[in-house]
Parts: sequence; structure tokens; C-alpha cells
Amino acid sequence: MNQTTDKALNVRGATKTYGTQTGGVHALKDVDLTVRQGEFISIVGPSGCGKTTLLWSIAGLHKLTSGAIALGDEFITGPHPSIGMMFQEANLLPWRSIRKNIELPFEIRHRRPDAARIDSLLNRVGLGGFGDRMPRELSGGMQQRASIVRALASDPTVLLMDEPFGALDAFTRDEMNKLVEEIWLESRKTVILITHSIAEAVFLADKVYIMSARPGQISRVIDVPFPRPRSLDLMETREFFDLVNLIKHDIQHQPKVPNAARGAA
Amino acid sequence: MSQSNNNAGLASPTGLASGLGGQGMREVVAIIAVAFIVIGGGEFLLRAFDVPQFILPTPSAIGAVFASSEMATIGQHYGYTLVELFAGYAIGASVGLVLAAVITQFPFVEKVITPYILLLVTTPMLALVPLLILNFGFGYAPRIIAVALASGPMVMINAATGFRRVDTMKIALARSCGASTLQIFTKIRVPMAMPMVIVGLMIGAIFGMITAVGAEMSGGGFGLGSRLTTYSSTLRMPEFFACILILAVTGITIYAFFFWLGKKLAGWES
Repeated sequence: MNQTTDKALNVRGATKTYGTQTGGVHALKDVDLTVRQGEFISIVGPSGCGKTTLLWSIAGLHKLTSGAIALGDEFITGPHPSIGMMFQEANLLPWRSIRKNIELPFEIRHRRPDAARIDSLLNRVGLGGFGDRMPRELSGGMQQRASIVRALASDPTVLLMDEPFGALDAFTRDEMNKLVEEIWLESRKTVILITHSIAEAVFLADKVYIMSARPGQISRVIDVPFPRPRSLDLMETREFFDLVNLIKHDIQHQPKVPNAARGAA
Repeated sequence: MSQSNNNAGLASPTGLASGLGGQGMREVVAIIAVAFIVIGGGEFLLRAFDVPQFILPTPSAIGAVFASSEMATIGQHYGYTLVELFAGYAIGASVGLVLAAVITQFPFVEKVITPYILLLVTTPMLALVPLLILNFGFGYAPRIIAVALASGPMVMINAATGFRRVDTMKIALARSCGASTLQIFTKIRVPMAMPMVIVGLMIGAIFGMITAVGAEMSGGGFGLGSRLTTYSSTLRMPEFFACILILAVTGITIYAFFFWLGKKLAGWES
């Protein structure tokens, strides 16, 4: 792949402290991260390691205490139109039809929705003809497909995924992972995925970043060597299994922190 | 005869709602049949036991009022009642809605103001009517004020419950698209509050109607409530019950209207 670094995402010295009664909690401390344009990375780590804080900061939803985030040569100080976000569960607005949900980001930015692109994306994720349905009429997997379309409809450079498939059953989850890989291969977005599933992280990413808690830091980066496109059968291979176990082991043997001291993240 | 009703009616949440939705002849037939039995049965029993009209008038006597010349008077007074209801409710509901929307954005202000709203909700506004008449005379003013005072806090307290429902994830979604505070309000908070807002509007309207009629009974000489006083003191029970019937139908209409509005604007919930 071309090393186009013009729209690379750079995080430098990202630090976020939350003030509490017992003093400041370092949700993030001096996190450096570079994601090349078109690269797919995932971030795993114990809960409270600050991975969500990091992702929300990149989305412009959290202000860093210190440090900087830039997309290409532009600093990210708030929500940016080139950065799309997928949330835990589908996070569709129940009072809007699927199409109206997908059009929300356009509406907010006072732009005309790209109907042709939305239609082709809906077809792409297998939701052709479901545009006028209400979210409650769709299964969890279908809702999450709609939220993929919503995140991609305005053609962002970067797609942030905050544990998007945590609420889905294992089969649907595999299906969604396959779909995400396919769409990524077609669109070559820069993707940052946060997940609790190490298998999902390995299956989808070029690189897996392991974070440790208190303070939230990146403790290790692991390159995923598997060629693309990857098939779901990959998950049954010895190599895949070994890599997943390696990461699991790494997370389990992080220096222990007392539960009570873990900050919110 | 209505036993062959294949639980089509039982499956729907309320008979009224499905009746309005025009769902199935069978339900309509059942509703009419039951009404026929109740009214006809009442008529039969009252006649069979020879109950005097001034104790409980027969349905036919009540029905006859609607065809009588007295109906013009009743209609006129009903108009006064509706004016009070609409005017008082328009004031009360809009003030209540705006207060709810604004106050919930400022938790401190909300804490300070809520006790007074609760005071207004729990105080029977009817009790204040003599005082209002003393201050504002026997015209429309005291009644409109009473209706506004009865409906406004009801609307407010329910709407505030709706506006207080914050869904961090939905707000984060809007913010991640660059939404302004106003856009978050109009596109997320208002729709989320809508189910409770409509409940508040409905309760407020019904309380407003009760208060309007009650205020009319306390004095002033016009409005359906004053008719009730007149008819009962002169033992004109068919007319009295005709007025009650009109008020009941008004209440049901209010309910049905907001039920419809709720389905239209907040049908996504439930």
C-alpha cells in the first residue's frame, strides 16, 4: 500500500487527567500514536485503560489536558467532518427512520444528503429497501449495519469504532467483522477500532495496540501478519490462535492495579 | 351475540384506540352492541322500578334534551366553557412547556423552582377560585387564570421529566457530527422528551377542563358549570345529565386527540 502520510492521524503526548476527591486520575498519559492513511488499527486493553477516552478525544468529544491530535496538518480540537464515529450498540435515534438516521450528520452540518451514496451503501450492507423502516423493526445486526452506513455516508477520511459489536451475538459479530473488512478493503478508510474482543481486534487490524491502565498508556504494538482479504476460517488457524493468546497473556500480566483505584474511562 | 368476537379486540391495547384507527368491523359492532345493552338496560331498569326523573333520569329523557329548545342555552354556555378552557390552557401549557425546557437545562435553577411547581400541582386550584373572583370579578378572568394555574404546572412537571431524560450516547453522536447546543436540543432532547410532553399536555388539558367547570360552579352565572348548579337546584335532572354527558364527551375527545398526537409524534416509544 502507498505510504500516503498526507492524511495520517497523529497523536502526540496525549494526556488526560480527571480530577477526583482523592486527586487526579491519569486516564491517558503521554500517548503517542500514528495511524497512516488507510491503515486499520485496533486498540485493546483492560477496562479503565483509557482506550475510550483516547478514541473520544480523537473524535473531538473530549478535550485533552495536554498533548495534541492532528489529521494531516490540521489539529483536532473538536468534532471534525473528516472523522466519522460508530458507537457502542447502534445508537440509532428511535424516532427516525433508518434513512433519516443516516441523514442526521448531513442535517446537522446543513448539507444536502448524498442520496445516491446512501442508497449504494445501504445496498452494500444488505439494507437495500429498509430505508423507511424504523430502527425497532430491525435486528441488532441490521441496526449496526445502518450505523456503519451513517458513519460512512459523508465519506470521512477516518472512521472511529467504539466497541461497535459488543452487544451482538457471536455469529452476527463474525458476520459484521467480515463486512467491515470488505468495506474497508473497498474504501481504505483510516480505521481505529476499540474492542474487548481480542479475536476481533486481530482479525480486522493491521496493528493491534495494547494499552495498560493507571496511567493509560500504550504498552505494546503488535503487527498482524495475516494477508488480506481474510476469511473467517482464519480464526480457526493455529497462527491466529497463538497471536490472540499472546495478546491476552500480555494484558493479563500487566502490573496489577487495585480495582478501586481504576479511573473511569 | 357479541360472543363470536374472536379476541381481535382483546389483542389491541385499548378498545378506544383501535376503534379510532378504524380496525375491523367486528370491533365497531361489539362497541355499538355493548353501548346498546348498557343504555337500553338502563332505560328498562329505570322504567321497571319506576325511578323518579329527579333522582335518575332515563337515557331517553336525557337524549330528549338534545332535541329540545333548552339545547340552544346549553350550547351557548358550553361555548363559554370552551373559551375559558382554550384560553387558560393556551397560557398555562405554553408557559409550562417553556419553563420545563429552560429549567431542566439549569439543574440549580430547577432545584430552586421545583418546590413551588409541586406546590402548584398539589394545591387544588378550585380552592383559589373564590379568591380569584374577589380580585378579578365575575367575568372570564378568574376562570382563565384558574385553568392556566391548574394546567400549567401539570404540563410543566411532566415535560420536565421528559427533558431530564439525557442519553449521553445520543448526545455524543450529535456532537460528533458537530451539532450546536441548539441542534442537540431540537434534534435530540425535544424528540426524547416528546412522549412525556404529550402526557403532560393531556393531563393538563383534562385538569384544565375540570377546573373550568368547577370555577363556573363557584359563581359567575355563565358556563356549563353554572348550568349544572342551576339544573341541580331546580331538579331538572335530564338537563343536568345532558351537561354531564357533554363534559364527558369533551374529556374523551381531549384524551383521543392526545392519544392520536402521541402516536404521531412519539409513536417510536413502546
